[in-house]
Amino acid sequence: MAEFLQFLISGLTVGAVYALVALGFTLIYNASGVVNFAQGEFVMLGGMVTVFASAAGAPLPLAALIAIVAAVIIGLLLHRLAIEPARGASAVTLIIITIGASILLRGLAAIVFDKQFHKLPAFTGETPIDILGAAVQPQSFWVLGGTAVVVVALYAFLEHTILGKAVLATAANRLAARLVGINTTTIMALAFGGSAAIGAVAGILVTPITLTNYDVGTLLALKGFAAAMLGGMGNPLGAVVGGLLLGLLEAFGAGYLSSTYKDAFAFLVILFVLFAAPQGLFGRRVVERV
Amino acid sequence: MGALLNQRFLTLVVLAAVIAVLPLLFPSSYYFRVASLVWVAALAAIGLNILMGQAGQVSLGHAAFFGIGAYAVAIGPTHLGIPSWAALLIGAVLSAVLAYLVGRPILRLKGHYLAIATLGLGVLVALVISTESGWTGGPDGMPVERLTLFGWRVSGSYTWYWVTGALLLIGTWIALNLDETPTGRAFRALHDSEVAAQVVGVDVARFKLQAFVIAAVYASLAGSALAFMNGFINPDQAGFLHSVELVTIVVLGGLGSVVGSIVGAAVLITLPQALTVFHEYEHLLLGLIIIVSMIFMRNGIVPSLSALLLRRARS
Repeated sequence: MAEFLQFLISGLTVGAVYALVALGFTLIYNASGVVNFAQGEFVMLGGMVTVFASAAGAPLPLAALIAIVAAVIIGLLLHRLAIEPARGASAVTLIIITIGASILLRGLAAIVFDKQFHKLPAFTGETPIDILGAAVQPQSFWVLGGTAVVVVALYAFLEHTILGKAVLATAANRLAARLVGINTTTIMALAFGGSAAIGAVAGILVTPITLTNYDVGTLLALKGFAAAMLGGMGNPLGAVVGGLLLGLLEAFGAGYLSSTYKDAFAFLVILFVLFAAPQGLFGRRVVERV
Repeated sequence: MGALLNQRFLTLVVLAAVIAVLPLLFPSSYYFRVASLVWVAALAAIGLNILMGQAGQVSLGHAAFFGIGAYAVAIGPTHLGIPSWAALLIGAVLSAVLAYLVGRPILRLKGHYLAIATLGLGVLVALVISTESGWTGGPDGMPVERLTLFGWRVSGSYTWYWVTGALLLIGTWIALNLDETPTGRAFRALHDSEVAAQVVGVDVARFKLQAFVIAAVYASLAGSALAFMNGFINPDQAGFLHSVELVTIVVLGGLGSVVGSIVGAAVLITLPQALTVFHEYEHLLLGLIIIVSMIFMRNGIVPSLSALLLRRARS
């Protein structure tokens, strides 16, 4: 039981990070139709900027704020300088552009910061808390709580503000949204900025547990993309569930079956889910029009 | 038709001429090596372009087949005592069989779902390769025995320049011809509209699968060639980043353009070599060049440039 609980909590913690990355994917995908492979770099920036800002003397909350602002600026620049000029290009062209952006951001981080691994101190101590025999790091609660706050805030924003409804309208139908007077370019910029902020928050929360360096973004983008697809691309709830599910699969697979093949379980399950439900778990069934 | 035949023929002649003339400009064996790397990458990209450009299906896990080809010629002779040339064929057959078996369910998926499924396949193969270290040497990689053909030991960057060049010529010839066969036309039909293709009697599932298998065999052969050439192989060759590199080559050069894949490979392989003089700015510049060229030549280098030349010629 203690073992089960241990795997459950570590799976949820990792899954929460995947969920945040997947949420960032979904936000940008819904607003612009772009699959942003530079999403993992926002997570990297969140962690790295916080590390270096606090090394420069800023208290942790301020350093975290600086990191989020930095990521948002990079996100807005990415939209303005790379995505907006390529408007109307094919989906695969846009994917290549975001891959280029991710290579660029990694290169930039390696120059501005360095190529070492860095750690942040845990927010509230490192003494494990005992829950029914499972030793849980306090930072896990920060990750889970932080993710919950982001999800609830995003939900409230999308459902209860005019701007949020404009985002949903743009996601539903870009042309129709423009016809009713929504500035879809602003909405897209908003999506990139918001998604960068979410990524940065994920990076700040998880760095005390997993360490960070200029290169952590690639694998996270891959997992986040997988989580988003598992839930059904374009569905924010699906992204969160997909992320948590992916984290749990990895944790239980590594714990009970084989730790070397932990990534394999996740992707095997994704393959089988897609074979059975080609639109993901919560995706809309697309009816093809002829 | 005659003009098309000529154009195809011309493409081959120009490519052969380039391969033949380039060595005159090369000051050292290092250049031969880089050029061979370009030919190998181009071969894999031409295959992937048949799937992506002609049949319109994405694969984000194509390095898996590259890896299978590479590890087949590494494992076959070392662990199983199979001659190198036979291991190369076995690798190609294995890749084709895997593509056939997995392709059937995977290719029903569309767009991003297809992308993530192929990505998953790639991750799985790469993971098996880096984990089964008893067979593959794990993350450190393993040495590859030199290829021996009829007592001729194929080694050295000069020799491999010509061997990979010849392979590329054959691969280009097949891809160019394929475009003009009923199969090639079926590929393009299902690229334009699957429903329309189905309506006019194209067996959509079968042709997608065919394109996938062909692309897998190209990648496998390219992988084998690289393994022989380097005399060493590691799991990175089967990894996600290599898959991304192959897709980038195809898109950068131009979807559906055979010449584009060769140009794309030349750019993406030589660029990092050239950029090493900028040391730490290498990745920054590489990313920047990819972004800028995709913004200004969104259909890829070769289609964009040839459209530009056509417009110039008309006005």
